[in-house]
Amino acid sequence: MANQKSFLSKISKNSKMGFLNYGIVLLFFVVITILRSTGTLSNTMNGQLIPICSYIIVALALNLVVGISGELSLGHAGFMSIGAFSGVVISGALKYSGFANPVMRLVTAIVVGAFIAAIAGILIGIPVLRLRGDYLAIVTLAFGEIIKNVLNCLYVGVDENGLHFSVTDEVHMDMAANGKTLIKGPQGAVGVEKIATFVAGIILLFVVLFIIQNLVNSRTGRAIMAIRDNRIAAEASGINVTKYKMVAFVTSAAIAGAAGALYGLNFSTIVPKKFDFNTSILILVFVVLGGIGNLTGTIIAAALLTVLPELLREFQDYRMLAYAIVLILVMIATNNEKIRSLWKRFFSKKDKEEQKA
Amino acid sequence: MLNYLITGISLGSVYAIIALGYTMVYGIAKMLNFAHGDVIMIGGYAAFCAGAYMGWPTPCAILFSVFVCTVLGMMIEKLAYKPLRNATSLAVLITAIGVSYFLQNMALLIWTSNPKSFPNMVSFIPSINLGSVTISSTTIATIAASVIIMIALTLFTEKTKMGKAMRAVSEDKGAAQLMGINVNATISVTFAIGSGLAAIAGVLLCSAYPTLVPTTGSLPGIKAFTAAVLGGIGSIPGAMLGGILLGLLETFAKAYISTQLSDAIVFGALIVVLIVRPTGLLGKKITEKV
Repeated sequence: MANQKSFLSKISKNSKMGFLNYGIVLLFFVVITILRSTGTLSNTMNGQLIPICSYIIVALALNLVVGISGELSLGHAGFMSIGAFSGVVISGALKYSGFANPVMRLVTAIVVGAFIAAIAGILIGIPVLRLRGDYLAIVTLAFGEIIKNVLNCLYVGVDENGLHFSVTDEVHMDMAANGKTLIKGPQGAVGVEKIATFVAGIILLFVVLFIIQNLVNSRTGRAIMAIRDNRIAAEASGINVTKYKMVAFVTSAAIAGAAGALYGLNFSTIVPKKFDFNTSILILVFVVLGGIGNLTGTIIAAALLTVLPELLREFQDYRMLAYAIVLILVMIATNNEKIRSLWKRFFSKKDKEEQKA
Repeated sequence: MLNYLITGISLGSVYAIIALGYTMVYGIAKMLNFAHGDVIMIGGYAAFCAGAYMGWPTPCAILFSVFVCTVLGMMIEKLAYKPLRNATSLAVLITAIGVSYFLQNMALLIWTSNPKSFPNMVSFIPSINLGSVTISSTTIATIAASVIIMIALTLFTEKTKMGKAMRAVSEDKGAAQLMGINVNATISVTFAIGSGLAAIAGVLLCSAYPTLVPTTGSLPGIKAFTAAVLGGIGSIPGAMLGGILLGLLETFAKAYISTQLSDAIVFGALIVVLIVRPTGLLGKKITEKV
């Protein structure tokens, strides 16, 4: 009986956390909508809304790999990049073939971006997931760099015969004269129509939260976490380690691709260099500062840390320095035994009070 | 062909020196020190200031740079990494990234983003003419330095008491402490050596590629790290081998395949090697205990 009770309370705690996440996103949406309608939101902040959504989504995706699956990935910007560029190509191609509805084009772009990123995730996952620990991290880093390098040489255009690709220059695409170049190698995607909207970002965020939370609280999610906690024990219990690691990795890649498509369609130009090692690290910082494996923390950290450099703009030269110092101090503080025990005491008190009530 | 070979070995030797620093720190502290590349940059600036601003003679400038980096490395270890000795490796990794941002932005504030043109500090070595091929003084200095450093490091870790302590700490921290080894001091010395090597690498790197900006160290840092992993991280001859291989591969890829894709080819090679040998070329096999 007692056992059953604790089990029930655990489940309700899980769903409570789930509703909390939806609530935070909803609150964010409502507050921003009110601020926008009253016109108090500054222009720079307004421009940051869709990137914030994208970064939250990609941070949630990385959390699936780092927090839930327990593997370190240093190449998630690569998946974002694949999503962004395939999204831009699809949107451009659809527009060229007379498909004007921006909402449908955005949805198609996001779905295709996610799909292509998932394929990349499978291709990368096969060799990567055989490795362990730091070696896995360095290979994901390597893949991120390879994706950036290859996209840097890629030319894509569209004419009435369909899509044309080249890895050398524009001329080699053999496009008809009335064709349109969509991606121009190192210059990236140019003349992108900005069809991403804040509402679309929020909806995508809800969908992603729904997918991740249900995955984590499912049989598959528990298997993934069992592998994270003890791979050998999980394998001995009959869990297919490669399969479940792959599920987490590919889902994460697909979500990152969707976020990338949203991000890419928010700017008129986008270069492959944008998604380099530093961007991967930035996303990792969101996850680690938010609390590894903690979705609520990830959402808040990603939102705050995307806005923070913008807010610190008046300090100019000192802002990145301040950012670095804050990063180091937070890491030291959160790993300090004394501060940790204080934190625990505070929270366990709160829990007890809740139980009394 | 021969020209490319020499360029490749020269570039590879720089990578090797940086990779040696990575490998030392990883072997003992079990952490990926992402700030290592930025210590190289600081080393370059220190040598530049001493040599070009204050007009010190070259050997003094190089020594000054080594001194600055050694102190810097020990300070970083003491302030940022030591409080995290028992934390997860991810926490240490993020802190290292924080340190890397910090150093880059400090350099940006002190020296601005305007590139400084670095004087060739090793031009006192004569260049050698071999018929059609000329081996420049920088190349000779780089290759000589990397070989000397590798031999010295191997002797140091094999023969001296401190080296023995380092090997003990890298194998089992707890047991080493019980045997009376001062673990913290050992790790501190490791960082000092690694950072000192970074200063030498900085001087050589900037002598070969004379533009100095606050981000000079990032890409060579990442590539040298790749080299260390390629050779088997934690192994001193492995770092050397990995560095030279990477340098050769990069030079030949640039020359014969594509300049733009050379980085992709280098990283692709790393992936292939790791698939075949998951702990690198000369890395130790990890046996799993249940």
